Amino acid sequence: MNRRTARGFGTALWVLGVGALAFVWVFPLLWAVATSFRPPGSLGSQIASLWVHHPSLANFREAWSEAPFMRLYYNTAVVVFGILGAQLVTITLAAYAFARIEFPGRDWLFRLFLIQLMVAPSSLILPNFVTIKTLGLLNTRLGIMIPYFASAFGTFLLRQSFRGVPRDLEDAAAIDGCTTFQTLWNVFLPLARPTLIAFSIVSVVYHYNEFLWPLIITDTDRARTVTVGLASFTQSAESAAQWNLIAAGTVIVILPLLVLFIIFQRRFVESFMYSGLKG
Amino acid sequence: MRPAVRSAPGRRRRRAAAQGYLFLLPSLAFLAVFTYYPILTAAELSLYRATATVRGHVFIGAGNYLALAANPVFHQVLHNSAEFLLGTVPVTVALALVLALLLNRGHLLVTPFRTAFFYPALLPLIGAAAIWLFVYTPGYGLMDVYLRRLVGGNVNWLQDPTWALPAVMLVTVWKNAGYYMLFYLAGLQTISTELYEAARIEGASAWQVFRSITFPLLGPTTLFVLVIASINAFQSVDQIWIMTAGGPDNTTNVLLYYIYQMAFMFFDLGKAAALTVFLLAVLMGIAAVSFGLLERRIHYEV
Repeated sequence: MNRRTARGFGTALWVLGVGALAFVWVFPLLWAVATSFRPPGSLGSQIASLWVHHPSLANFREAWSEAPFMRLYYNTAVVVFGILGAQLVTITLAAYAFARIEFPGRDWLFRLFLIQLMVAPSSLILPNFVTIKTLGLLNTRLGIMIPYFASAFGTFLLRQSFRGVPRDLEDAAAIDGCTTFQTLWNVFLPLARPTLIAFSIVSVVYHYNEFLWPLIITDTDRARTVTVGLASFTQSAESAAQWNLIAAGTVIVILPLLVLFIIFQRRFVESFMYSGLKG
Repeated sequence: MRPAVRSAPGRRRRRAAAQGYLFLLPSLAFLAVFTYYPILTAAELSLYRATATVRGHVFIGAGNYLALAANPVFHQVLHNSAEFLLGTVPVTVALALVLALLLNRGHLLVTPFRTAFFYPALLPLIGAAAIWLFVYTPGYGLMDVYLRRLVGGNVNWLQDPTWALPAVMLVTVWKNAGYYMLFYLAGLQTISTELYEAARIEGASAWQVFRSITFPLLGPTTLFVLVIASINAFQSVDQIWIMTAGGPDNTTNVLLYYIYQMAFMFFDLGKAAALTVFLLAVLMGIAAVSFGLLERRIHYEV
C-alpha cells in the first residue's frame, strides 16, 4: 500500500468513525422532529424509526391549543431581552470604571465582583426566592429577571476589551470635547462590538434555557417562560404516553434558538468559544 | 493637615474617583441584593427552625446541620452528588478532548461534524430531557428498541435504582461534551506548528507527540474545562426534575435538587438554608482549589 492510498484509507476510516458518532449525537433531535410530524397516536414498532410515512401537523395544532405558547414565548422574549438590556448598561459602566478610572479600592471591588462567578445563582434559589417574595415580585417577569441585572462575567469580558482601546483615541475624543458618556458611546462601545455580540448571544441562550428559577418564581401562566410551560406540558402528556405531542411541544420550544443557530452558526460557535463561562 | 487651597489635580482625582464609584453603583446594588445578601441570609436562616407549618422562627443553633448529618437521605444525596461529579466530569472532558483532536483538521465534513456535537449545548436542558425521557421509555423507547437488538434484556432505565443515575448522567455527557470540545479546539489553535514539525523530524510517534506536546500544552485548557464542568455538575438538575424527580428511592437526588425539594416541596426552610450553606462551601472549595492550581501555573510558555 503506498502512501496516498494509506492516507485515503485513514480519511475514509475517519469519515465513517466520526460520522457514526455524530449520527448518534443528532439522533435524539432527528427522532424528536420525525415523531412530531407523525399522526397522533401512531406508536408501535415504527415509533423508534426516523421515517415518517404520513407527515401531519396535527400534533403541533394540538400542542399549540393545549399550552399557551404565544404567552410563554412573549414572557421568555421579555425576560431574555429585559435581562440583556439591563446587563448591557450595568456591565458597560462597571467595565469602564474598572478599565479606565483610578479610585481607591478598585482591585478589592473587582475581587468582590468575581464572587458572583463562583456562587452560581442557582445555588441561591432559596434566599433569593424569599427576597423576591418580600419585594412582592412573585409571578412577575421582573422577579425572574432582576437577580441577573448585574453580571460579573460580562463586566470581566468587557473590561478586557476596554483595556485594549488605544489611549490616543480616548484623548482625541477628550480634545474634541466629548463627555465621558459620549466617549463611551462613540469610542469604546464600537470597538468592543465583538465582545458585546459574544456576551449577548451567550446571555440570551442561557436565559432562554433557564428553568429552575422561573419555575419557583411563577405558579401561573401569567409570567411563565417557555421552559416552565414545556415542563408542565410534558408532565401531563407523559402520563398519557402522548409522545408525538411531547415531541411537538419540545420542537416548538427549541426551534427559535435552533433556527438562529443554523443561520448564525459561526457567530454562535465563536461566541461560546470566546465566552468560556456561561451566564 | 489639609492644604488651605485644594490643588487642581487633587480635585480632578477626587472627581474621577467619585465617577468610578458612581459607575459601579448599579452593578454593586444588584450584586448586593442578589448575591452577597442572600449568602448572609442563608447562613442566618440555617440556624433557625423555620417551616411553613409553624409560624415564627426558633433559634436552634447547629440543629439543622446536626439533623442533616444524622439523616440517611442526606448521606445518599452526598453520595449521589459525588458519583454524578466523578462520573460525568472526567468522561465529558476526555470525550471533549478526543472530539477536538479528531476534528482539528481540514475536511469538508469538519464543520457539520462539529455542529453535530455542539448543538446539544444550545438546547434547553429541560427540552433535551423531554426527548431523553422517551429514549429511556421501556418497551418502545430508542434505548430499549435498539439496545435489545444488540444485548437483549429489558431495563426500565429511569425506574431502576442501579440504572437511573447513570441514565441521567448520560444526558449530561451528551449535552456538554461538544461545548467543552470548543475550548479544546481553541486551545489546539494556540500550539505552534513548529513543535509538531520538530517532532516529525525527530520521528516521534503519534502517541509520543500527544503525550509530550499536545496534552501538556493543553494543560491550562484542561484545568479551565475541569473547573467549569465541576461547577456545572452541581447546577444541572433540570433533567432530574423532569426525568426522575430524584427517584427511584432518592437514587438520583443530588444536592441542588435536594435543596429545591427541602424548600419548595417539604417547606423546611431552615434545613434548605443549611443545605445551601453546604453547597456554597463546596463551590467555594472548588474555586479555591482551582485558584490554587492557577497560581502554580500549569502553564508552559512557548
